Amino acid sequence: MANTAVVVNEGSPWRGGVEPMKASYGKLMMWFFLLSDAFTFSALLITYGLIRYSHPAFEGAISDFAFSQEYWPIPEMVYDAIPFVHGVHLPLVFVGIMTFILILSSVTMVLAVEAGHRMDRKAVEKWMLWTIVGGLTFLGCQAWEWSHFIAGTDIAKNVASNNFIGANLSMNQYGPSNFAALFFFITGFHGFHVFSGVMINFVIFYQVTVGIMEKRGHYEMVEKVGLYWHFVDLVWVFVFTFFYLI
Amino acid sequence: MEQENSNVQAIPADKDKIKKIWRVAGILALVTAIEFGFAFGMAAGDVRTFIFIFLTIVKAFYIVAEFMHLGHEKKSLIYSVILPMLFVVFLIFILMYQGSAIFDLLH
Repeated sequence: MANTAVVVNEGSPWRGGVEPMKASYGKLMMWFFLLSDAFTFSALLITYGLIRYSHPAFEGAISDFAFSQEYWPIPEMVYDAIPFVHGVHLPLVFVGIMTFILILSSVTMVLAVEAGHRMDRKAVEKWMLWTIVGGLTFLGCQAWEWSHFIAGTDIAKNVASNNFIGANLSMNQYGPSNFAALFFFITGFHGFHVFSGVMINFVIFYQVTVGIMEKRGHYEMVEKVGLYWHFVDLVWVFVFTFFYLI
Repeated sequence: MEQENSNVQAIPADKDKIKKIWRVAGILALVTAIEFGFAFGMAAGDVRTFIFIFLTIVKAFYIVAEFMHLGHEKKSLIYSVILPMLFVVFLIFILMYQGSAIFDLLH
């Protein structure tokens, strides 16, 4: 009995000993992790929608808009600054730059994976390095965005009968307190994913440079961290739409 | 640690594959530009919101199907990832309903 192997349903992809979805264990588990993370971000973003639409929206022309606790602010009136250019109203320009940087870093990641398929080590190193640079640039931009948001604009707004500039978790000059709290929480959670993604990318980049992938005979690890990086980009696409456009 | 010299001969790049990758990048940039066009050219409202969400899903499709390569994987893997997301669609509907109910309660 110990010597007989029982073959279950030979030919079926589910017979055991083969990969039923033609993907390795690591790749499959990365996909399932990303699915769970997608649930988390979906829950956060949808809750953002719920909370936002329980507040009144601003009715009227944009030129009449002023920050108030009574209604949710118009995003392009809040996010209208870029570094080194003080006081100029440039709505959504900076966040557009950030989106471009992150999508570009996703493209360089795809090119790194493609180079890995060809065992082209030098190209993998080059494209992964560009991806890391893109990620770090995005993080720097987001840090600037946060500090500008927290510092506030030049003119103090009347918040709960105090002259209040800037933002924190309990009150902010732009609108209801939930506005700032949700901004910090969701962009912070996403930024944390970008940060961990940059760290992981760096570890794998290092492993490529010392020849671990080459010795292994394949660059599938690059592909797996690439999936995580694309997920981070994908989440940003949704955050960008829900926080800045709508 | 010193960098070991590569002993493996790299296969040269397929120009078409590289072109396809940059083509998808161009599509994503174009859709983002269109979104910006609507952001500044159209008044805020439900129709514009719907357009934004639609364009975002277009971008999401290209990122997942091409960059993450899911479009070229086995059907069972594609469905394993996509079908559970239907729960998210459901969540959107019920929480938007709740949001407006809370609005009616508060205002």
